Amino acid sequence: MRKILFSALSITAIIILLNISGCKPKNAGDSISGDAASKVFVPPGKYDELYNFVSGGFSGQVSVYGIPSGRLLRVIPVFSVDPENGWGYSEETKPMLNTSHGEIPWDDQHHLDLSQTNGEIDGRWLFANANNTPRIARIDLKTFRTAEIIEIPNSAGNHSSPFITENTEYVIAGTRFSIPLDNQNGDVPIDSYKKNFKGTISFLSVAPNDGNMKLAFQLLLPGMDFDLSHSGKGPSTGWFFFSCYNSEQAHTLLEVNASKRDKDFILAVNWKKAEEYIKAGKGKKQIVKYAHNKYDEATHTATSVMETETTVIDVKDFPDIVYMIPCPKSPHGCDVDPTGEYIVGSGKLAALIPVFSFDKIKQAIAAKTFDGDYEGIPVIKYEAALYGEVKKPGLGPLHTEFDGKGNAYTTFFISSEIVKWNIKDLKVIDRQPTYYSPGHLMIPGGDTKKPYGKYLIAYNKITKDRYLPTGPELAQAAQLFDISGDKMKLLSDYPSIGEPHYAQAVAAELISKNSLKIFKLEDNKHPYVTMGEKNSKVVREGNKVHVYMTAIRSHFSPDNIEGVKLGDEVYFHLTNLEQDWDVPHGFAVKGNNNAELLVMPGETQTLKWIPEKVGMYPIYCTDFCSALHQEMQGYVRVSAKDSNVPISFSLGKNSDALDSVLTK
Amino acid sequence: MKHLIGLFSIIAIVLTISCNQGTEPKNENASATSDEAAVTAGGQENVKDSDSQKDVVKVAMSSKDHTILVAALKQAGLVTSLSNAGPFTVFAPTNEAFNKLPDGTVDGLMKDDKKEDLQNILQYHVFMSALKPESFSDGQTLGMVNGDNVTVSVKDGKTMLNNSVTIIASIPASNGMIYVTDGVLLPPVKK
Repeated sequence: MRKILFSALSITAIIILLNISGCKPKNAGDSISGDAASKVFVPPGKYDELYNFVSGGFSGQVSVYGIPSGRLLRVIPVFSVDPENGWGYSEETKPMLNTSHGEIPWDDQHHLDLSQTNGEIDGRWLFANANNTPRIARIDLKTFRTAEIIEIPNSAGNHSSPFITENTEYVIAGTRFSIPLDNQNGDVPIDSYKKNFKGTISFLSVAPNDGNMKLAFQLLLPGMDFDLSHSGKGPSTGWFFFSCYNSEQAHTLLEVNASKRDKDFILAVNWKKAEEYIKAGKGKKQIVKYAHNKYDEATHTATSVMETETTVIDVKDFPDIVYMIPCPKSPHGCDVDPTGEYIVGSGKLAALIPVFSFDKIKQAIAAKTFDGDYEGIPVIKYEAALYGEVKKPGLGPLHTEFDGKGNAYTTFFISSEIVKWNIKDLKVIDRQPTYYSPGHLMIPGGDTKKPYGKYLIAYNKITKDRYLPTGPELAQAAQLFDISGDKMKLLSDYPSIGEPHYAQAVAAELISKNSLKIFKLEDNKHPYVTMGEKNSKVVREGNKVHVYMTAIRSHFSPDNIEGVKLGDEVYFHLTNLEQDWDVPHGFAVKGNNNAELLVMPGETQTLKWIPEKVGMYPIYCTDFCSALHQEMQGYVRVSAKDSNVPISFSLGKNSDALDSVLTK
Repeated sequence: MKHLIGLFSIIAIVLTISCNQGTEPKNENASATSDEAAVTAGGQENVKDSDSQKDVVKVAMSSKDHTILVAALKQAGLVTSLSNAGPFTVFAPTNEAFNKLPDGTVDGLMKDDKKEDLQNILQYHVFMSALKPESFSDGQTLGMVNGDNVTVSVKDGKTMLNNSVTIIASIPASNGMIYVTDGVLLPPVKK
């Protein structure tokens, strides 16, 4: 290994030398071209060309990068608590992380999809999935905040999600794990998989005006694993395609037992048909339990509602909804090209990439060119659906995106490369190494009707020697390629947050023009808002102490509070009175078993504190808000339970002694 | 930093000249070379933002009674600082107040070789911290940004500075408070 590396290094060195001395025409071994720096350099003060939204994997969050610079713009808290800004710690945001299992501080965030209109990105919302405790989040791209999270019943390992239909009619979510349904007894032997375990695909409708999601219906399917999915478009409008593995229905050592069959399946779902059956009342109601959490921008407060019903269609009773297409060896990616005609399955263990034709699928269905059925679902003959195969493309194909110019790009995990191939003639055009072992790749708009075929980003799982070592745990890497020419050119790579899986990107203007600067104070409908310093106060209600507090450069009002006693629950309702872009105020209390608040201009957020010892508790602003930020501080006095210190509060009153010094 | 950018651009230019094969489309946003990379003159006053409350400079700029003050702030190079987070208390003499100064004083101060004197006078009008009208008290001493003090007197609801200049109005701004004054505050003469 070392020898190979060494020789690879020396080859690279020679190539670099050749490049510098002679500028020889570039070849495939040329990993970085001379003008790469100018292509990713965005001068200070200039904006990037694209927003890039990247899933955080085990971080549970979504990160936002500028492309081509690779500059990290923001990390949006979604499924994981974020003490940095109080997400999941403030009273207002806690309900966002509520589930039927209670409040959960973490999840595994794999895939993202931007909302679309007519198959093109419209820049309104970003959808994100939670893999572990199945949920879908909607992020509002005006505020870059999580606006809604809905839990999915009858699901486990919400992996083939959150992919959307062409007009964002639905967000689709398929199960990785099949399980006994929620309304059935789950206390059954694991080896009763074939009998008791089912997979589901959920359709969440999205309200066109405000984006609010609703669990519209669920399709009940045989037990197996659904991996990835994508919407049809153009000729395949109304259809959705899923990759499935473990058609062996193994429940143990899947590494071996789910790789036995020569082929698994692509599942083709006629969702328009399913929608018709639902409208005709053919679905069956089921009692289930799932949380539906919404953040109200007017009250700056989230609410969590426990929903209790779902509508299910068992596809074996409706054989014209779902068809299966054999696909070699445990497919991962299931990607539809911009024209909507070609469906590409990427079998992790396959030595080829099958490309299916929607036209042929339709003909096969009409002519019933079936090869039996799989638990009641018609299986279309492989050859009848197949447009062709990309032969010997590489090892371990995972995911394919498109440039809108007739080319497809597939990641190969095992052979650590990206391969560019032509959709029509299925010939390989170019291959470039990645460093190392890519999972997903992303072309801006690469899963829409209109890709922005200038860049490609590979999300690499293994970085080993790519950056300065940081001990055993290393950041993963995003690797940016220029794909505007015939050959892909590596431009740069940079570390990423968590473990990126799928990502999205869009021309910056579509998002930046709508970006909110401040919350208008006059529109603040928070029940504990303090409209101006004069209204700040401290109110005792039994053992609850409500502090109606304001922040403005550079003080809190009030900043001296007395009369809090042991046994009290103190709620600091902090309203940021600023109406100025980029002037948040932070708030923290010494010894609080809680996080801090970071409150945006015009917003109100609440921090709970249960003091546990008598004493003096400093409070201060944690965000360097102004030149006098360090002066933005105060005290809360905590007295014994039986103390008779009354509630009092003040701002700006010094002791007499000090006042006399000041006026001298 | 500038050296670094310069170095980068030299390298970039050299590489482009020697290796450019003329086939690669340029990235319009990122193709900027060093001259474009040079930081735009000024600072936060250039931020495009019509949603936020106006800061002290923008408030002054929108007042027809403060054109001399605004011109002086520009000449003294204080616009960037006063567009900052603050918080500031700014005593803002009206045009009329400036015109009360002896003839030729303002014109003299606006000359480039008097920039330091102008800065000294203007900084004598700025206090760090956003004082509310009720924060003023009789006998109070304010340490101004230029390093000298202003004495406050409050009598019969009238707030005066250095017993000579009267506050005639107050205007809240995003990064502080503006107090319109009927006179210009002159810093004590240095010995």
